[in-house]
Amino acid sequence: MLQPIIEIDGVSKSFGALEVLKDLSFNVAPGEKLALIGPSGSGKTTILRILMTLETINGGTIKVDGEQLWHREHEGGLIPADERHLHKMRAKIGMVFQLFNLFPHKTVLENVTLAPILTKGAGREDAKRSAMTLLEMVGMAEKADAKPAQLSGGQKQRVAIARALALQPKIMLFDEVTSALDPELVEEVLNVMRRLAEETDMTMLLVTHEMSFAHDFADRVLFFDGGRIVEEGPPDDIFTQPKEERTQAFLKKIIAAGQRI
Amino acid sequence: MAQWSGYLELILQGALVTLQLTVLGTVVALIMAFLGGLGRLSRHWWIRWLATGYIEFFRGTSIFVQLFWAYFVLPLFGIPLSPLQAGVLALGLNVGAYGAEVVRGAIQSVPKEQYEACTALNLTGWQRMRHVILPQAFVLMLPTFGNNAIELLKGTAVVSLISLSDMTFQAQVVRAQTGETALPFLTILLLYFVFSTAISTAIRGLERHLARGLDGTRS
Ligand SMILES: Nc1ncnc2c1ncn2[C@@H]1O[C@H](COP(=O)(O)OP(=O)(O)O)[C@@H](O)[C@H]1O
Ligand SMILES: [Mg+2]
Repeated sequence: MLQPIIEIDGVSKSFGALEVLKDLSFNVAPGEKLALIGPSGSGKTTILRILMTLETINGGTIKVDGEQLWHREHEGGLIPADERHLHKMRAKIGMVFQLFNLFPHKTVLENVTLAPILTKGAGREDAKRSAMTLLEMVGMAEKADAKPAQLSGGQKQRVAIARALALQPKIMLFDEVTSALDPELVEEVLNVMRRLAEETDMTMLLVTHEMSFAHDFADRVLFFDGGRIVEEGPPDDIFTQPKEERTQAFLKKIIAAGQRI
Repeated sequence: MAQWSGYLELILQGALVTLQLTVLGTVVALIMAFLGGLGRLSRHWWIRWLATGYIEFFRGTSIFVQLFWAYFVLPLFGIPLSPLQAGVLALGLNVGAYGAEVVRGAIQSVPKEQYEACTALNLTGWQRMRHVILPQAFVLMLPTFGNNAIELLKGTAVVSLISLSDMTFQAQVVRAQTGETALPFLTILLLYFVFSTAISTAIRGLERHLARGLDGTRS
């Protein structure tokens, strides 16, 4: 087997007295498309935020691309990573948020070019050209000069995807990127993600409540509950013949709420 | 009446001094507001401590005493200042201390999601501040900055106490020389009003310019 691009080993995370992740371990293979599903509050967002270094961990270790994420090797042991190490590691990872988090004072194009210009020293013209290619891919090229406030939710999210892609991360994290959208705008964002999955070999971790999309998109599905992985497997197994009672109950609820899976 | 035009010229010379004080004082106040406000948010405790000390001290003591210090006491430590320099320094430091809290508040009111987006895009702390947080926070600071500039304008009258011939000082000179009270004071009243209206109009214009297409900060 290939060396995993993400190795999560015995990670725990608490917010005050609330233990959100409990001795969590899993690996992700390079290029793998992984879907994280589970009831709300089960820790799915937290694990993505930890990978993006937006939350610290309380125990365990994480390796990304063969290197410790939250630690640095020092005289044979591990010490907490400093900002410089985190900065280096972040270059491998991009994230798309539920609420887009675009920069409201910048145009669509500037949203996409800002980070490449600042962090990769890309020339202004080069950055613009690459950004336009990405905006074309997400179908937002003709809005390049618009401000985020003039866009619909689906359009904002497509720009946010282009913005994250502009740094060419090896790993992309998607946290419920369609759940803040009006139903009629969901599909345009999912289409972009389908194309990404088909046309790139990026590793993708996807937290979603769109089960039928997870079914098509993912190579493997992790079902989370209470900060632990309850069950994992290929989408065909998880969605059509889940073994664990809690998985069955969760999927039943989803179907009862009117979703196809 | 021919004489009055000479006196009016005196008052206008004073108005020029008042303008100078206001503009230079506002520049100092702006610099101090950003230093103090960013200092309050520093990662280093000693910078926070310095900034807090500055803000509390200048908000907690009187502008008169600060002005007297700048003009009468600093020379004793070998820092002689002209009346204009002392006025600019005292007004700038005083108003800057209020402005610092405005800067801090505005920076803190930029949603944390904006900070997180910057982390996800791997910007450094300084790049984040410079390109993402400050431009958004600045729009929020502007209205209060406008008020502070007007406060500073009104505060410039204190410099007549260190015999700097600003507008108020000159009006008193005219009053002493002519025995006329209503006319000189009416003149400076109008001039102060014109200046403050100019400031608030300029700020509102800048606000409108910056706010274009920026409604809904949580985009
Ligand atoms: N910053 C935080 N402070 C306190 N509790 C938090 C914080 N972030 C998340 N939580 C809690 O951690 C648990 C897991 O949250 P999350 O990872 O967002 O779950 P999910 O994405 O699966 O819905 C929830 O109970 C949530 O309330
Ligand atoms: Mg979540």
